[in-house]
Amino acid sequence: MSRESPDVVMEQSLDRPLARSSEIDQPSSEVVRFTDQPLVLDCGQSLSPFQVAYCTYGTLNADRSNAILVCHALTGDQYVASRNPVTGKPGWWEIMIGPGKPIDTDRFFVISANILGGCLGSTGPASLNPATGKPYGLDFPVITIGDMVKAQARLIDHLGIEQLFSVVGGSMGGMQVLEWAARYKHRVFTAIPIATAPWHSAQNIAFHEVGRQAVMADPDWVAGRYVDEGKVPRRGLAVARMAAHITYLSEEALERKFGRSLQNRVAKTFSFSADFQVESYLRHQGSTFVDRFDANSYLYITRAMDYFDLSADNGGKLANAFYGTRTRFCVVSFTSDWLYPTRESREIVQALNAVAANVSFVEIESDKGHDAFLLDEPELFATVRGFLGAAARKRGLPPAAGA
Amino acid sequence: MLARDETMAPVRTSRVDHALIAKMVARGARVLDVGCGDGALLQLLTETKDVDGRGIEVTRERVNACVARGLSVIQGDADRDLDKYPDKAFDYAILSLTIQATRRPKPVLENLLRIGRHAIVSFPNFGHWWIRSQLLVTGRMPTTANLPEPWYDSPDAHLCTIRDFVDLCGTIDARVEQKVAFNASGKQLGSWQPLFVHNMLGEKAVFLLTRD
Repeated sequence: MSRESPDVVMEQSLDRPLARSSEIDQPSSEVVRFTDQPLVLDCGQSLSPFQVAYCTYGTLNADRSNAILVCHALTGDQYVASRNPVTGKPGWWEIMIGPGKPIDTDRFFVISANILGGCLGSTGPASLNPATGKPYGLDFPVITIGDMVKAQARLIDHLGIEQLFSVVGGSMGGMQVLEWAARYKHRVFTAIPIATAPWHSAQNIAFHEVGRQAVMADPDWVAGRYVDEGKVPRRGLAVARMAAHITYLSEEALERKFGRSLQNRVAKTFSFSADFQVESYLRHQGSTFVDRFDANSYLYITRAMDYFDLSADNGGKLANAFYGTRTRFCVVSFTSDWLYPTRESREIVQALNAVAANVSFVEIESDKGHDAFLLDEPELFATVRGFLGAAARKRGLPPAAGA
Repeated sequence: MLARDETMAPVRTSRVDHALIAKMVARGARVLDVGCGDGALLQLLTETKDVDGRGIEVTRERVNACVARGLSVIQGDADRDLDKYPDKAFDYAILSLTIQATRRPKPVLENLLRIGRHAIVSFPNFGHWWIRSQLLVTGRMPTTANLPEPWYDSPDAHLCTIRDFVDLCGTIDARVEQKVAFNASGKQLGSWQPLFVHNMLGEKAVFLLTRD
């Protein structure tokens, strides 16, 4: 948590126009551009050309059997284990991925791609529309989790990998994991959906709607054409992030971190400045988010999550999604996650049991809320390490060099 | 994989009931261990019989430890979660020293016979002479090494004798393919001995069941 004065940060960032990042079209990471075969989207439209920005870590083995695809959450990116070029911060899952880590890059070839609809190099609403030479904005088609996964599959084809040893992800990343397992059964040897759900609940759709309305209520959103107008809907996007951020925590975590403590002051100011630490923290979260994320991307991605319903997509029966699967699953939830509560993970487990799939299910005790999947949770690490280790033996992968 | 398993050492376990279950289970079978605890039996079956094994365990810490060891285990319980499994999904559905702790043993056993081609059930025999004599002499609920908790603290809400269990098998049309009782020193009682001897001298029993 930052101790700088977020009041000031917020005011400054509101005045500073955001230059359209070169990361949107020409990312620092690897990028593959698909020009020949359009991506047919669930909404019926086609996208062509499109590109997928990605990072890889470790080495692909000779028979291409040690690849792990890591899927990111709503505001994540491909920089899972390397410095983010926009924020300058370390990769968002370095605690999980790297040499000797639970997802061991000495042993596995890790691939992480920016999702379709994202704003760090894969095609999204901020990308240039080849038809107009301007950013897509709201001309970008509405996409689904399934579309994101189809785009990832094109990348995996491009890398010459027939079957992924594992697909791993938390939150929206977990939705992609489930979609991969349902859509490409023979291409997924193991799947680790973490802190996720088989469909987006009414409460989650409601929170997303609040965020979208905050963005769209900002006059600087300009009906989605803010880039053309040289504007950025900073206030709207920051409020959306603040509201969403509360859902990633838990009441316990908020009490433990902030309680009713005041921010850099000894008494209430009888004003609407950020008297409380928790206000200051949220404002900081909002303003830093605006510097790294595109507002329209936020609209499109939250929409894709709202549309996610693996049961409805499979004739109203979740088990149908996994019928005939040979994938080994490891489902993980956290006790204090009220955004994707354990009972929703249990729905996944029960559907997998109904088709006699190979499934492990671990609920981890944590008071850190939904964000726990990104944090230091030793039981999560032990689970992932143990599960992948056993699956690697089953797949005939050798232990890590030097291990 | 098979070749490597073939070369592995023979069954090594201190649990006679586990060793017997490992003998009953066919190599490479699909196995569900309901109430798998720390995963010792699943591990044994995986290592010695190359089974495709799954477990259900109610205690979260034990589940997590099993998964970290590479076993496929879910957090759940026999009373609530067996309904979700399809018919004959497994070659063997095992309930090892767990049936006495279920809320409703009869539907659990019926589910076990539905899910598995075979069911293997082991349980502590409440008809053992030492238990009978404790109740007779002291007038109090017996406690033993297998059943250490006092009555008010015990998870074992539905204890039964070998004879009771045979009766239940009859009630639900389960065919007893094999039934083995172990005495207090872990020795298998002769199968030629009559039921009342097993029920008197057996401390634990293991049943292999099917239902057509």
